[in-house]
Amino acid sequence: MTDGLIELRHVGKRFAGIRALDDVSLTVRRGEIHCLAGENGSGKSTIIKVMSGVYQPDEGDILIDDASVKRMTPAESVGRGIQVIYQDLSLFGNLSVAENLAMNRYLKEGRRAVRWGETRQIARAALDRLGVELDLAADVESLPTSARQIVAIARALQAEARLIIMDEPTTALTRNEVERLLDITRTIQRDGIAVLFVSHKMREMLEISERLTVMRNGKVVVQGPIGDFTEASITRHMTGHDLSHETYRRPAVTETVPPRVAVEGLTVPGAVAGVDLTLRPGDIIGLSGLIGSGRTELALALFGMRPDHGGTIRIDGKEARLRTVGDAIRHGIAYVPEDRLSEGLFLTQSVSRNMLASSLDAVTRGFTVDRARAATVSDGMIDAMQIATRSGETPVGFLSGGNQQRVVIARWLLTQARVLILNGPTVGVDVGSKAEIHRIIRDLATERGLAVLMISDDVPELLQHCNAILLMHRGRIVQRFEGGTATEDSMGAALKALR
Amino acid sequence: MALKTTPTDAPATTPAPPKTGGDLRRFFNQHDNIVQLVAITALVFVVMAALSPDKFLRYYNFESISFIFPELGLLSIAIMLAMLTGGIDLSIVGVANLAAVLAGTLFHHLAPGASAGLGLGSALLGIGLALVVGLVAGALNGFLIARLKITPILATLGTSQVFTGLALVLTGGPALVGFPASWTFIGNGKLFGVAFPFILFAVLAAAIGFVLSRTAFGTRLMLIGTNAKAAVFAGLDTDRIVFQSYVLTGLLASIAGLILSGRTNAAKSDYGNSYLLQAVLVAVLGGTNPAGGRGSVLGVSIAVLALMLLSSGFQILRFSNFLIDFIWGGFLLLVIAINVARNRKRLG
Repeated sequence: MTDGLIELRHVGKRFAGIRALDDVSLTVRRGEIHCLAGENGSGKSTIIKVMSGVYQPDEGDILIDDASVKRMTPAESVGRGIQVIYQDLSLFGNLSVAENLAMNRYLKEGRRAVRWGETRQIARAALDRLGVELDLAADVESLPTSARQIVAIARALQAEARLIIMDEPTTALTRNEVERLLDITRTIQRDGIAVLFVSHKMREMLEISERLTVMRNGKVVVQGPIGDFTEASITRHMTGHDLSHETYRRPAVTETVPPRVAVEGLTVPGAVAGVDLTLRPGDIIGLSGLIGSGRTELALALFGMRPDHGGTIRIDGKEARLRTVGDAIRHGIAYVPEDRLSEGLFLTQSVSRNMLASSLDAVTRGFTVDRARAATVSDGMIDAMQIATRSGETPVGFLSGGNQQRVVIARWLLTQARVLILNGPTVGVDVGSKAEIHRIIRDLATERGLAVLMISDDVPELLQHCNAILLMHRGRIVQRFEGGTATEDSMGAALKALR
Repeated sequence: MALKTTPTDAPATTPAPPKTGGDLRRFFNQHDNIVQLVAITALVFVVMAALSPDKFLRYYNFESISFIFPELGLLSIAIMLAMLTGGIDLSIVGVANLAAVLAGTLFHHLAPGASAGLGLGSALLGIGLALVVGLVAGALNGFLIARLKITPILATLGTSQVFTGLALVLTGGPALVGFPASWTFIGNGKLFGVAFPFILFAVLAAAIGFVLSRTAFGTRLMLIGTNAKAAVFAGLDTDRIVFQSYVLTGLLASIAGLILSGRTNAAKSDYGNSYLLQAVLVAVLGGTNPAGGRGSVLGVSIAVLALMLLSSGFQILRFSNFLIDFIWGGFLLLVIAINVARNRKRLG
């Protein structure tokens, strides 16, 4: 008897003739924290779905507790104690925390009447196991993502889980929330429950896991104890090549030119309490801080979406009134929003339309959109940004996260933007694509002289690609780190101090 | 979360379409909804023709269809316009009737007791008034929806009551009759042997189709319908564009009212009430996504034609009128169910 909880042996899976999994062998041991790493499209999700019985493998075996499982179904998987927490968490948003947690128990016991006292007891016990406090009466949809995630984990534990699979759990979390999630993961482990942590973020993997499996193109490329890996080696295994780690330096500019953006005493009611900020051509200024620090509102004010803002904003030395998004665009300001899917993209519309959304007038002749010209412009951008798409007519929803993000950036290049505000530019983007987006941003700053404001929670990203980093807290900029002098430790400590 | 249609880790399974096969295949892929509708329409046609060839295939039958369907056709396109931004306009029939009633009232004022004898000038005045009613009513809807942010279904339900009520007050209940000859020409006349309502419909449908597919306004409308939030972030003036789309909807509705009252030589506050829900269903049947972002004039036009062929066929076969309503409903449900099933297959 080994200590394997679930084992995949030489598993293969095809979709429409394309190999999603190729001879994959993977063992998750009892009570271990195992990390499954890989870029988008490497086969991570397919593995989750094989383990949870959603997909039947075409070849190979699945063993649970060393015994082969003939036919893995979702019911079988759950029955054997395997719980998956998908990114969307699958909670009932309109029900309270307590109801969500007690639901399974009620269903299992086939009860028709709900007893509120007992519901709360069940829920309380579930949260106590994780050592967290939540408002049991709150509707789940009113909670922040991090709290919802905790509810999902607590619910999985309720179902007598022996293995909890977490699919990209940290995507929507801030740094502090990630820390809390990692703490909770360790708590679970102390109860003897194994965790399969699916991620593409280096630091978390190195911090939390005991063993690591890296996948690429449907194959396991390497597997071993976490001590055998470094960030660089994981990246190399995931992408198949080395990535540059050179830090960004702003090109020299003549200081006599007025800055591209000069903000003085900017206020946004309830969010920003007096911010001064200067952006010069070629600057990539990082902006970090906890959620609620006012950083997003600062960006929105610059983008004309907070007409209630106060203070002065000068663009190229001239005072600008930015009361609508139209004003901001006319002043050459572009904003790549935080949530690409809900705020950035028109998913069912073509790549071309997505790119041209803000510059339709430029391709309109008389009454009609000049289709030939529109196609030329968008095809040119697809080439320039190296966007992997079959054509400009493909719906943008079919593209990967990294390519989608490039489409949003391309949209703003077409408006002749000179100030680019990026909010979480590489959230949910895989490593290789992330590097490519960073390269594009740096090129835009150095070669086209864009002034870039980059909002991010990703400290290494900020350190590597910004020539200065601002830390925001309670509506003010509380600290400024010059590029090249700050380190992950000093920034991490500063962020921690804000909590 | 992310698109459910593309599991993040499964390789992009949509295989590249063969380059050969050319435009025709691409047309079929992009417009499979329309291709399906044409097939269904052809099927209805063949079945009806087979069941009752002597009556169904008579020229008279098609001519009468060409007089009747433009009203519903325009109303359906009007509803589609509202649906493109994820809204709806329940006041279209109210607008249509109010436009006709106001014009009728004007005629009665111009020539009390002898309004049928009014000349072309008065008729044009009446037409102008009717169109203005459409524009104003549309602007009111647009204001409530785009500016005051009232949910479209509630705003237009409210204005629908207002318009119908206004028409009722003006007429006192019974139908206004006695329209000038040039007015009734709009609903009954022929130009070069073709039904005038049909010509009007064809011209307007082509114009709206052009606006939607070829102009910046049309593109923006589709973008807003796809994702209103992203449209704001892309700097589109969503309020103005949504407002304009409702004005256009109101205008189309008033033209439908013109045709309806021209054809019947009467105007009443509650004509064509059954058109409202039919128009909604025809729009959806024609491939319009009620959540916004997708819809075409061509699809809606074919859908309305299919339904007209169906009902004229059943009338010829002497089905009871009650049964015809039932069959319409069933037909619509069937086609929509097919669409849903096919979409699911495509996504799965």
